[in-house]
Amino acid sequence: MATNLLVILPEILLLILAGLILLLDVLYKDRSDSFFSWFTAIGLVLIGLISVFFNYPGDQRQLVWGGMLRVDTAGFVFRLLFVTGAAVTSLFAAKVKAIGNRAVFFALLVISTIGMSFMSSAADLIMLYLAIETTSIPMYILAGFSVKENNSVESGLKYLLFGAMASAVMLYGFSLLYGFSGTTQLYGIVEILQSGAVSLSLQLLILFLVIAGFGFKVSAVPFHFWAPDVYHGSPTPISGYLSTASKAAGFIVLMRFLFSAFSYQQTYWGLLIAIIATVTMFTGNLLALAQKNLKRLFAYSSIAHAGYILIGVAAGNHLGIKASMYYLIAYLFTNLAAFGVISIVERKKGSSEIEAFRGLVKSSPGLAIILLVSLLSLGGIPPFGGFISKVLVFASAAEANLIWLLLVGVLNSIIALYYYLQIIRITFEDTEEIDLIPVSKTWKFALGVCVTGIIVLGVIFTPWLNLVTTASTNLMLLH
Amino acid sequence: MENTMLIWILLSPILAAIVILFLSEENKKLLRLVALGASLIPLILSIIVWVQFDPSKAGFQFEFTAPWFQAINSNFHFGIDGISLPMVLLTTILTPLAIWASFSVKDNVKAFMALFLFLETGALGVFISLDLLVFFLFWEIGLVPMYFLINQWGGNNRNYAALKFILITMGGSLGLLLSIQIIGLTTGTFDLIEIYQLWPSLTLAGLQKILPFGLSITTVKTIAFWAFVVAFAVKVPIWPVHTWLPDAHTEAPTAGSMILAGVLLKLGAYGFIRLVIPLFPQQAQQFATVLAVLATAAIIFGALSAFGQRDLKRLVAYSSINHMGFVVLGIAAMAYVGTSAEGALTQSATIAMNGAILQMFNHGLSSAGMFFLVGVIYDRAHTRQLDELGGLWAVLPKYGSTFVFMSMASLGLPGLNGFVSEFLIVRGAWHIFPLATALGMIGLFFTGAYVLKAIAGLLHGPRNERWINLSEMNLREIAIAAPLMVLILSIGVWPSWILDMINRAVSLFF
Amino acid sequence: MGFPILSVMIFVPFIAGLVILFGTRQKPELSKQVALAASIIVLLMTFALWASYSLDQAGYQFIEYIPWLPDLGIAYHLGVDGLGIAMLVLTGLVVFTGVMVSWNINNRPHEFFAYLMFLATSVLGVFSSQDLFLLFFFLELAVFPKYLMIVIWGSPQTRKYGGMKLTLFLFIGSVIALVGALAIYFAAPERTFNLILLEQAGFSPDVQRLWFPFLFLGFAILGGIFPFHSWAPDGHVAAPTAISMLLAGVEMKVGVFAALRVAIMLLPQGAQYWANWILVLATINVIYGAFIAMIQKDFKYVIGFSSVSHMGLVLIGFASLNADGLMGAGLQMFSHGIMTALFFSIVGMVYDRTHTREIASLGGMVKVMPWAAVGFIIGGLVSMGMPGFSGFVAELPIYLGVWRVAPLVAIISALSIVITAAYILLTVRRVFFGELPENLDPNMPGISIKDKISIGLLSLFMIVIGIFPGLMVPLIESSVNHILTLLGGA
Repeated sequence: MATNLLVILPEILLLILAGLILLLDVLYKDRSDSFFSWFTAIGLVLIGLISVFFNYPGDQRQLVWGGMLRVDTAGFVFRLLFVTGAAVTSLFAAKVKAIGNRAVFFALLVISTIGMSFMSSAADLIMLYLAIETTSIPMYILAGFSVKENNSVESGLKYLLFGAMASAVMLYGFSLLYGFSGTTQLYGIVEILQSGAVSLSLQLLILFLVIAGFGFKVSAVPFHFWAPDVYHGSPTPISGYLSTASKAAGFIVLMRFLFSAFSYQQTYWGLLIAIIATVTMFTGNLLALAQKNLKRLFAYSSIAHAGYILIGVAAGNHLGIKASMYYLIAYLFTNLAAFGVISIVERKKGSSEIEAFRGLVKSSPGLAIILLVSLLSLGGIPPFGGFISKVLVFASAAEANLIWLLLVGVLNSIIALYYYLQIIRITFEDTEEIDLIPVSKTWKFALGVCVTGIIVLGVIFTPWLNLVTTASTNLMLLH
Repeated sequence: MENTMLIWILLSPILAAIVILFLSEENKKLLRLVALGASLIPLILSIIVWVQFDPSKAGFQFEFTAPWFQAINSNFHFGIDGISLPMVLLTTILTPLAIWASFSVKDNVKAFMALFLFLETGALGVFISLDLLVFFLFWEIGLVPMYFLINQWGGNNRNYAALKFILITMGGSLGLLLSIQIIGLTTGTFDLIEIYQLWPSLTLAGLQKILPFGLSITTVKTIAFWAFVVAFAVKVPIWPVHTWLPDAHTEAPTAGSMILAGVLLKLGAYGFIRLVIPLFPQQAQQFATVLAVLATAAIIFGALSAFGQRDLKRLVAYSSINHMGFVVLGIAAMAYVGTSAEGALTQSATIAMNGAILQMFNHGLSSAGMFFLVGVIYDRAHTRQLDELGGLWAVLPKYGSTFVFMSMASLGLPGLNGFVSEFLIVRGAWHIFPLATALGMIGLFFTGAYVLKAIAGLLHGPRNERWINLSEMNLREIAIAAPLMVLILSIGVWPSWILDMINRAVSLFF
Repeated sequence: MGFPILSVMIFVPFIAGLVILFGTRQKPELSKQVALAASIIVLLMTFALWASYSLDQAGYQFIEYIPWLPDLGIAYHLGVDGLGIAMLVLTGLVVFTGVMVSWNINNRPHEFFAYLMFLATSVLGVFSSQDLFLLFFFLELAVFPKYLMIVIWGSPQTRKYGGMKLTLFLFIGSVIALVGALAIYFAAPERTFNLILLEQAGFSPDVQRLWFPFLFLGFAILGGIFPFHSWAPDGHVAAPTAISMLLAGVEMKVGVFAALRVAIMLLPQGAQYWANWILVLATINVIYGAFIAMIQKDFKYVIGFSSVSHMGLVLIGFASLNADGLMGAGLQMFSHGIMTALFFSIVGMVYDRTHTREIASLGGMVKVMPWAAVGFIIGGLVSMGMPGFSGFVAELPIYLGVWRVAPLVAIISALSIVITAAYILLTVRRVFFGELPENLDPNMPGISIKDKISIGLLSLFMIVIGIFPGLMVPLIESSVNHILTLLGGA
């Protein structure tokens, strides 16, 4: 039992952290305005370190808690990813109006991280559903957290409505799956599906329903409608968190589901995912071209990136899964940095319209360069993490002989580079007025972490790739 | 044996040009003197070469080889024989005279002198190259200074004339370049002496892949022959590709015209002798008649056109076409006979050839002299219209005498050089192309006509009062004309000093 | 492994760039001096490489190998052959002169010189890469410096359009090539990006034929192959002087270098199969570029289109696939790089003084800047393939090479010589000679000593290579011999 508790030690600690935050809110009144940011961030980092020391499963795969959870490196990697994302997000939340000193905000952030952490290792339909809801409900609140801003409220409501619908569809898929297979265990379902007890058409129906649910999480087309409005309306740090950690959670669930329950139907879902990837990339990139608001633009770009990552999933080979994971890690740092910069500029200028960023290099050269780095990384330009991620994803498509998908991906990265360059140009333009933007130490630190992450991931590959290699190997093995 | 003599002749002008580039533009006098002094070096060196040259030996002397572009088997290979030596001498004689003549240039003296010396190197390089590519190198490189000389120091219509000059000449050389490439590809070398051996007898079937469009070697040779002919014909120039010449001459500054007529036109004829006939004997034989017809056309039309001019400089320019026509006629005669015919014809051909080469030399002297004299009068009167000039002999007696002397050389008065060479050509070609030669002699009649027209228009007739105060030729100008006159007279009276050299070379070469 | 000379050479500018970007923000003079120092170091190092490359040994030298991502066969693998050395020397020269002529940049100089240094690193890296992944890594490193430099310091009218067009086209080219690269990576018997190993991979003829167009065309777009050439004039015209120099002088060479190094050398049979198509496109490049250059009214566009024309000759040389053609192409890459850098630097000098590039409103510049006029004329002579200059020794072997495979191409493309002569001479005459237009100040400042050094250095190389091609030829020949064995062994 002790070992069993140990496997969920990080989650337990997260819960304690959330409790502590709420407790301190009551007990410690005269705190500085970035106290909770640092408290949460340090707490999350400690939990991350603890999980590195005590919870690294190595090459082991093990079903625990009666098959509710599967302990493997994939879950481990993603948990670290979520914790890092949450830590950086909480730093960015410092000094943001109506958020920075609200303990509830940080507590909810941590709780949703618990949900994500469980999502990454859930091996049972019920556990999976619970984890998803544990993640989503706090996120609904966080999205609508700035109650004084209509946008934010609208965004929270929209997220809730779409989320609820997606959950319903997914749950319908889960029920069918349980109904026909008689088990809720992912790694048990696979044997029943393989035995032919469930007709193929039914399997495909289930597959479609479930993918719809997960597609919502990763904001893949056609389940992406919520994303632009929600990203636009939510407090900017939350938009960043939604677009990175939450998306990553959706992906790990999707991958685990496909490689467990449906691992023998790869021919079907491979094609389905490939088509979704294509549509997602085109929709995201083409709509991004027309955006005037940087947050909305990033929302569409984030949709497009879901498409690139789906290429790796669609390829369905070892390299593809590895590439998707690497991509998600790089994307986490990249997008958090971008949203961090947006958040800082927005706070000063009161707007996230692209026009507000004109001549950023004069107001704050550092922010401009960080935005440059993250945009280039998103565009897939070395020496940043986005480059190797894209190369790996494309390579996986080439290995799977999905040349058409590779070409679609390549075409899309060209379109994407177009609008990334436009933004770069605008931020680096000469302007007359110089309106210096103050950057607090907290933000500097958070941005520094992100930029370091982007560059380290883009220059030194081996350690991280070894990690995701173990993760993907274990994810793809049934036993 | 490596003999660096030719290299020094070739390089001394260019080195001097570089020195000049570093001198100050302010000190015009120094610039002029340095240029003149430098141009005397190749003259002295070439006289030494002339003395040391052994006319009895076959082949090339003073040979020098240095690697250039070994990857494609092209080297700086230089050497001279009795055909190129007179041309080298001509160039080295005319250049100092032309530089001296251009002491009257006021603008941008530095650039002018530097370009002039570059030009000399270009011309010399063509005459002494024994490598096809190096030949081409100097052939083209000479165009550049000439272009700028016309374009920068020329007359009113200089832009048009300069561009026409360079584009037509470069267009002509395009075929030359392509043909040189074909020759290089098929023989695997660009060395002229090796190509002399390989190319004319080239019939290998194994070359089929290299030859374009699966053409036979004969066809390729014919095409290459015409490419060579066109390139050189443009330069000579042979009718009907002569149209650039009057424009270029008219617009060029005096010294430029002197070199252009005196040396650069010889490059074309030299190309015929050095390359076309030895490399394409069969084709040359086959098409010699065409060449003869064109030569006759050049003689007659050149003379008629000259007669029709009102501008003295244009008149002299057209006279060049007329005179160079004789050179081509001699070359055509040689080409027609080739090496195969029996004794009598070969002898005629050799005579014609001797005449042609001598005519090149002579025309170099007399045309340079004529252009110089045109320049002298233009500097004073600022017009060259024969209608406006007239009756100047009385005003400028020294100038008048000099002009008449030069004109007579041009006209072919016995006792002066023109007579010797034209007689030789006509004598040699008579047995080979009777009709063409006969027509050419009619052309000679027109030559008399335009020369007399020039003398009449310039020196005789009613004196225009505008010119009453013109100053007489100064000492410098007389000193420039004098060497030319001496040479003209010496060849006219005692041609054998140069003709021996040419004759031996021709008989050894063919 | 001895002293990592290649790495040092590549990263000296990069570090200089970082120092400039973050360290010398308030000190514009210091930024310039750091950049100049870095570019001199690079130039001297390229000369040192040239001097110490062993011709007897030939092959790839100065190898550095550090595993980077061994699982996928990616390594930090540097090394150069003769052609690579020539390209490095070219880069060294162009970067040095680019810094010299940009001395008057006073708008955000630290950024300008920092990006210039990053661009230098990118280019040097591509020429030294012996790993396909590393090659792409360095290649795409150039995306943002060149884009930013064009849109910030470029010509105000067209910089947005030109910069975007250029950057996107180059990116398109590189990703198309990436597709091909990934495809052959998986087709190889061994999972490696090592170019030297991939040369021996022995791809099946089908693979070669299928993927050659991707790799070749992708990279050749960077070299301005027809019909994907239009970025070049637009981009070069929009760019500031130093960037035009570097883009036309070096970046276009990067494209054709990679096309040779990757497409032709890895897929020789593919090259043989597609050679005729390349010839057709390249011939259009040569003729079309020259004609379009002739009708331009803008001084800088003339040069922009002349680059298109000359790069066509490089591609023709490649497509001839024989010793002469390849050697000529190599020489032409060097010669054109120097020449076009010189041209663009002079265009920049003229523009700085007159603030116009309309040929019609220029004239008489020789009186103001005789050095520039002489430099432009020398460049022009190189451009028209005048014997005695580097252009001739480069173009002649190309023609010799193509005679053997497609005589018609030789004849048609030779026409470009006359067209080139026409537009160069017309441009020279209209811009530098004649009368100075009245609206221009006859007492405008002449060119600085730094400009003169740049012009002199570039001109010197064109003349020296023209007269002594033996300095450069053996270097390129050693690479060509290697390529020929690959072609023959295919």
